Amino acid sequence: MKYNFFFTAGYPKLNSTLQIIDALQKCQVDFIEIGMPYSDPLADGPTIQESSKIALNNGMTIDLLFKQLHAIPFKLTSKLILMGYLNPVLQYGYENFCSQCALNNIYGLIIPDLTLEDYKQDFKKYADKYNIKLIFLITPDTPKKRIIQIDKASSGFLYIVSSTGTTGKEANLIDCIPFLKSLQVMKLRNQKFIGFGIKSKDQIDLLSPYIDGVIIGTAFIKALQGKPNLNKAIRNFVSPIVQN
Amino acid sequence: MATKIGFPDSKGYYGKYGGAIIPELLFGNIHELKKNYLKIMNTPSFKKEFNFLLKNYVGRPSPLYFAQNLSKKYQAQIFLKREDLNHTGSHKINNTIGQILIAKKLKKTKIIAETGAGQHGVATATVCALMGLECNIYMGAKDIERQASNYARMKMLGAQVIPATSGSKTLKDATNEAIRAWINEPLSTHYIIGSVVGPAPYPDMVTRFQSVISKEIKSQLSEYGFKKPDFLIACIGGGSNAAGTFFHFLNEPKTKLIGVEAAGLGIESGKSAATLILGRFGVLHGSKTILMQDKDGQITEPHSISAGLDYPGIGPLHPFLKDIKRAQYISATDMEAVEAGLELTKLEGIIPALESAHALAALKKIAFKKNACVVISLSGRGDKDLETYQNYLKK
Ligand SMILES: Cc1ncc(COP(=O)(O)O)c(C=O)c1O
Repeated sequence: MKYNFFFTAGYPKLNSTLQIIDALQKCQVDFIEIGMPYSDPLADGPTIQESSKIALNNGMTIDLLFKQLHAIPFKLTSKLILMGYLNPVLQYGYENFCSQCALNNIYGLIIPDLTLEDYKQDFKKYADKYNIKLIFLITPDTPKKRIIQIDKASSGFLYIVSSTGTTGKEANLIDCIPFLKSLQVMKLRNQKFIGFGIKSKDQIDLLSPYIDGVIIGTAFIKALQGKPNLNKAIRNFVSPIVQN
Repeated sequence: MATKIGFPDSKGYYGKYGGAIIPELLFGNIHELKKNYLKIMNTPSFKKEFNFLLKNYVGRPSPLYFAQNLSKKYQAQIFLKREDLNHTGSHKINNTIGQILIAKKLKKTKIIAETGAGQHGVATATVCALMGLECNIYMGAKDIERQASNYARMKMLGAQVIPATSGSKTLKDATNEAIRAWINEPLSTHYIIGSVVGPAPYPDMVTRFQSVISKEIKSQLSEYGFKKPDFLIACIGGGSNAAGTFFHFLNEPKTKLIGVEAAGLGIESGKSAATLILGRFGVLHGSKTILMQDKDGQITEPHSISAGLDYPGIGPLHPFLKDIKRAQYISATDMEAVEAGLELTKLEGIIPALESAHALAALKKIAFKKNACVVISLSGRGDKDLETYQNYLKK
């Protein structure tokens, strides 16, 4: 099982970014997904909305995030993924953005409102040029034909949304098992990571026969809320999940 | 129509504006709507029911009123398209009637909508009451306060009104919440967007429903003996009453089309909603358009005295019409709008909505030839704005 933990850059403090990456690496997570905060995060529920708002108030920007990542003093052992909405990336400039990603050890991108069609037309050339992987989402409502197209365009892994909804919504994960089984017979080329509503070891054990990895976002942000000792909070939340 | 200005291409683009820029989570809903909306709108049974309701429930055609006193003052022949006389008090109901019929054909059981001034919310709650569908309306907390009477109307009509408490607590934030709600319960729910904004096919669908305004203007003007107007003027929030007012004249180049945005306290004041002047190309609420944003691409918070115009984006048709120079876009400040509203009240005995008052304010800003034929979209009535007018009069 592989693990991807999500947090919002600039939350809880402007300078928390490197500390959180370091602490997550020490728990041996495979992927660290860093959210670029946005004023209008449409696919996110209240927890991630709030963390984005605080991060923006703290002064986080894409430029500053790249500067922070550039100054990482330790060896990277986890893969870094950036997650964010299209408009700030569009304003930054697609090529400029991809080249900065390459300079700062970014493995892949998750941009929920970058559609497959726009990706192929406007974005792919730069992602390819700078060797940045694009991770796309599918949901239990995505038609089979489209899943195959999305799997073809995706690299890194395929992001399976457990049930259609915004992030942090309570999900009854048993309900998505038939969908996960149907994906197994499709012989997709990407590894399958599941996210949205994942928060405990029990849930992960239940899903593990059908998937390659899990993405934990809202629950992790909640674990950071109001914690004076971030290292300890991260260790306490992440270790029991990651340990086999 | 000879040329096709006014229609998007097969992917929902007007030039470089529009499209369906949505998270995969909404793909199913949008795809279903895109596949079906024109098919449904073109069936005889739909047309029959839509036209029946517009006539007998909404009260259409709305009058085209020759405003004699206003005309004398401005030395022009000024007509008011009286959308304020529609049932529920604005043009918004033209669209909600159309969309509720589509929702029914798609077998949806629940409706959600955003609202700014509350006019679209009331129009949505009204058609939901009529059709017996569950209705959730998202409204900015600030707008609930400044449009209290519409809030009360929606509740009385049986809608649940959910305050949006993020950002500037106005129309943009209500729209965010409505889209999130749609993501959270997609398949049984139809989202009735209230303007020509949002992902394709909404801008086209709403434009078509509102185009009844210009269709009527055309035939009503000819009854007055005019072939076509010299000017058509409408206010712009998302741009639906303007789209409807312009639509059947888009390919009549002699008719000048004027959209009036809300300048708030002034273009340079930092408290404005004049999107086409202050905005840049980007993505908002599912379409590529012009929007107000900072250098990092974060959406900035607009301001207007008028809740219906207090929006940082604009429907994709309008920047397209601006780029091809088919329409011209100007702005009016809070103060100019209030004064224009008070002027209409005194001269013609009509209290306009603050949104529509922005269109009236254009009379002082455009140079027209003597006796030019000017049609202004009076998109709504001012009952909801009495308190704001009163506060101004007290000053
Ligand atoms: C009376 C009236 N006019 C105009 C508008 C602005 O919307 P649009 O630009 O879509 O016509 C509103 C919106 O609430 C309104 O209530």
